[in-house]
Amino acid sequence: MSAAKSKNPAAVVGKEEGGLYDWFRKRFPWEQLMEDHITGYYAPKNFNWFYVFGSLALLALIIQIVTGIFLTMSYKPSATEAFASVEYIMRDVEWGWLIRYMHSTGASLFFLVVYIHMFRALLYGSYQKPRELIWIFGMLIYLVMSAEAFFGYLLPWGQMSYWGAQVIVSLFGALPVIGEPLVEWIRGDFFISDVTLNRFFALHVIALPLVLLGLVVAHILALHEVGSNNPDGVEIKKHKGPDGKPLDGIPFHPYHTAKDVPAWVVFSMVFAIIVFFAPEMGGYFLEHANFEPADPLKTPAHIAPVWYFTPFYAVLRAVPDKLGGVLAMGAAMFMLFLLPWLDRSPVRSIRYKGPLFKIALTLFTISFVMLGWLGLQPATGLYTMLARVFTIIYFAFFLLMPIYSKIDKTRTPPERITYHG
Amino acid sequence: MARPFPLLMLAALLVAAPGHVAAAGPSVPLESANINVGNQASLQRGARLYMNYCLGCHSLQFVRYNTLAEGLGLTDEQVAESLRFTGESPHDTIRIAMPAGDAAGWFGLAPPDLSLIARSRGPDYIYTFLKSFYADPAQRATGSNNKVLAGTAMPHVLWELQGIQEAAYRQERGSDGTLHEVFDRFELVRPGTLSPEEYSQAARDITAFLAWAGEPMQLKRQRLGVWVLLFLVVLFAFSWLFYKELWKDVK
Repeated sequence: MSAAKSKNPAAVVGKEEGGLYDWFRKRFPWEQLMEDHITGYYAPKNFNWFYVFGSLALLALIIQIVTGIFLTMSYKPSATEAFASVEYIMRDVEWGWLIRYMHSTGASLFFLVVYIHMFRALLYGSYQKPRELIWIFGMLIYLVMSAEAFFGYLLPWGQMSYWGAQVIVSLFGALPVIGEPLVEWIRGDFFISDVTLNRFFALHVIALPLVLLGLVVAHILALHEVGSNNPDGVEIKKHKGPDGKPLDGIPFHPYHTAKDVPAWVVFSMVFAIIVFFAPEMGGYFLEHANFEPADPLKTPAHIAPVWYFTPFYAVLRAVPDKLGGVLAMGAAMFMLFLLPWLDRSPVRSIRYKGPLFKIALTLFTISFVMLGWLGLQPATGLYTMLARVFTIIYFAFFLLMPIYSKIDKTRTPPERITYHG
Repeated sequence: MARPFPLLMLAALLVAAPGHVAAAGPSVPLESANINVGNQASLQRGARLYMNYCLGCHSLQFVRYNTLAEGLGLTDEQVAESLRFTGESPHDTIRIAMPAGDAAGWFGLAPPDLSLIARSRGPDYIYTFLKSFYADPAQRATGSNNKVLAGTAMPHVLWELQGIQEAAYRQERGSDGTLHEVFDRFELVRPGTLSPEEYSQAARDITAFLAWAGEPMQLKRQRLGVWVLLFLVVLFAFSWLFYKELWKDVK
């Protein structure tokens, strides 16, 4: 051995060890990870543009985490300093305004992207067997995201921050017996105070982001285990080539990543238009009343949550009874979790589903958007009536699904994927 | 089918934008302030009026004097000469000497800081507010009232400029058939040092100044945005061509 080495030590060591990368590779399953999830993961060739919203959601998450870290460096989670520290970020921190607007815009666009991503799943039946768990993880992500957004919204300590938190936290008070003690426990005080702000800050910057990241990993692992659905809703794994790769699939990288990049750029354009030219988005992304510091003694005339919560807020207000409203709101969210077991259709994609499902999905989509709009309006006579009608349609979509999805006249999907344009 | 969707939703959101929040709604329609934050002469006039008439009670606690100099296109010396009256240093924020507790005693509530008033209420609110003071003997402390914020504790500090106007009412028959008084117009009963047009311009200048103070970096933000979008357009072109090239043989 020593004789062999003495001839040309460097070459032999180089071949055996292969440099730093080889050293690393032998100690970490890097290539296996890349192979399993990036370069060797075969996704259907017939993805349409609805399929970029998953990766856009990942981009939005990254933006929120990075901008969030920088905001935390200058933000002060204290009732006396929070509002001023946000203005300090906006005016005195170098590029602080850009980071803050990116974070506030990012929150709204994250929800927009996730809503479209979920709508895509409804269109193509991506929640159906064997992808139930992907859907469940996705719904948990949505739930944690909502909590994350809610806790984050208190932090600027403006009027709407304060009273929005007041309204939402007090909803738990509707529960019998445990209601009031529970509300006190959440707030850590008898009203929304410095204590509440501090704990919401802790939940917003560390607890929920950790859970969120874990769920995102679980969501992607579950997806890669069973494989991606596609606009035809057919299984690409059924037809494999001699190399064992699906004939209708193509490696995620470089093909789908190359397709995602222009989508990321278009998303960035929308993002930039809002951040640079309309950061308040007409009061939807940054509410006007939130430029007034929180005042526990002065209730704003009109309290509305940020737009992404308004569909559920409208359901809450549509029910005349407070406890009933809270339960209805919870049920509206819970229904989505049940979706994989409510849909009895033999086909996945809307392309091959029958008229009943198409009508139901159209009505549901209209209801969801209308409830979102109604949640922003004052709860007056006509609006409340409309909210009730759309709430009933919302629930009917789920509760009647086992029936209409079963009796619907579906068409037989093709064996292989098809291409549209 | 997919790509216009988010854009459509964004457009729909813009169309149905909620109004600025006011505690009790104004009883006159808000007039368009028609300001131009990019007009430095207007900002300078507004700043001068603000420092002379408003700063006695209303601080701008988030705005620094050197930020003011930069935004208005002035030097620190010019600001010290004409806008900074009480010996602060250039990096100080614009504060007032009146203690909030005393102010609350005198006026019923402490006059609010106005750094963000243009963002919470909107420029039209400020502009219309400044033009809607009228003589009202029922307001015993100040002798004046305001159609935008009824019962305001704020006296009409600009009356020398505007003069004194009174509210004129007309009779109107309601849907139930009874006559009641409806606000019709303001009547100038004693002219001020400025003509009505000049006063409107003064109110517009103050509004523009407050709109600038609400977000001093807003012009820089928009200028930067143009470059960012141009960069993204170029990036899109290349990423699109790369995608098309890579996918041309797929199927």
